[in-house]
Amino acid sequence: MTQQIIALLKKDLLLEFRQKHTFYSILLYIAATIFVIYLSLAEPPEPGVWNSLFWVIQLFVCVNAVAKSFLQDNRGRQLYYYSIASPAAFILSKLLFNVVLMLAMSLISLLLFFIFLSNPVEDMSRFVLIMIIGGCGISLVFTLMSAIAAKAQQNAALVAILGFPVILPQLMLVMRMSQVAFAEVFRSGAVLQLTLLTLSMDVLVVILAVILFPFLWKD
Amino acid sequence: MKNNWWKILSLILLVYTIIAGFLFPVPALPILNETIRNLYFHVCMWFGMMILFIISFVYSIKYLNKPSDKNDIYASVYAAIGSYYGILGYLTGFIWVNATWLTDKGQSLGTVLKEPKLIGAAIALLIYGAYFVLRGSFTDIDKRARVSAVYNIFAFALLFPSIWIIPRLVGSLHPGAPGGESGNPALNQRDIDPIMRMVFWPAVIGWTLLGVWIATLKIRMQLLNEKKLSNE
Repeated sequence: MTQQIIALLKKDLLLEFRQKHTFYSILLYIAATIFVIYLSLAEPPEPGVWNSLFWVIQLFVCVNAVAKSFLQDNRGRQLYYYSIASPAAFILSKLLFNVVLMLAMSLISLLLFFIFLSNPVEDMSRFVLIMIIGGCGISLVFTLMSAIAAKAQQNAALVAILGFPVILPQLMLVMRMSQVAFAEVFRSGAVLQLTLLTLSMDVLVVILAVILFPFLWKD
Repeated sequence: MKNNWWKILSLILLVYTIIAGFLFPVPALPILNETIRNLYFHVCMWFGMMILFIISFVYSIKYLNKPSDKNDIYASVYAAIGSYYGILGYLTGFIWVNATWLTDKGQSLGTVLKEPKLIGAAIALLIYGAYFVLRGSFTDIDKRARVSAVYNIFAFALLFPSIWIIPRLVGSLHPGAPGGESGNPALNQRDIDPIMRMVFWPAVIGWTLLGVWIATLKIRMQLLNEKKLSNE
């Protein structure tokens, strides 16, 4: 099982390295979006606006980065995976790969945000931690949505339609939580509570993915 | 007759709801005044919606357990009627909002739309909207049933935590939440006047049964349609 996951993960990473154009296209997408925001704002945004812009960009980056994860494999190759791997291993490797991809993208966009839109973050380590947790949650949900949309032979638009209402509460949660990095004072223990809540949502998504993916998989 | 008792019960309860709802005494409260009678209609729509969505969720699980066209039709029709109840819940809510928060409390529409319960309901409606878009994008019936069942289960399982989480993030004007960040989002049972409770719970049952009744009629129609198609 773990061997299968590692092998599949390796394959995905290798594929990403060989076909660099997909990685660069997302990179360009992030850079272009942040540049547009930079040009459209007269002065650096306030912390609250900065925060919500950051998370909205994360959402759209994720839709674009993750949406293709199930769309790129053609029928023949899917059949091949089907014959060599268990569905749980397959979905877990995809989830893991997308989390890694999303975290890389998050870090890059954070860097670009600092360059273009100033740095209002006061508590850096906390913000990065929240970014990791939130990025994981978003990418996990959109991986499964992408698996569903791939079955419908649809493009990225369907991924967005399916995913947005589902991700909304988690997004609100991390947006609220990351306010702590902008020196907003919370009730004692509230941040820990919110963090645990987000983490448990992530775990729930993984469990549901492992349970439900086998049904999507067989044709 | 033996199988239809609940339809009669629904009818009796609804007649009772309407008569008692408009005629029974209600506590005179500031701001709410007589609009408090909307409780028998507005809140029941949300109860009905949630129950119908739960039924849809159960049939989706049943479908994955044992694939049959019937389970799929049940799941989709219950989701449709649930969404319909959700829209009715919004409409009855707007009447109430107009009479209380907007005029008496002087709230802007922007704050009202950020109500946690409105957000929760919007998420639910968006999810089921997406569910029907997903269903519409398939040509293969079996595949459609299976994939939409997966989405239904996944979305529903995440909908409940969100209904539970959001009220803790956003302040609320709804009763039960004192406006603080730790407001209790649930309906507070002790808040309801005893006479109102005597109308409220029968109303919930009546409206829910009506929803199930509408759903069974639609299901019957779809099953007959299917039969006709397979005979041709």
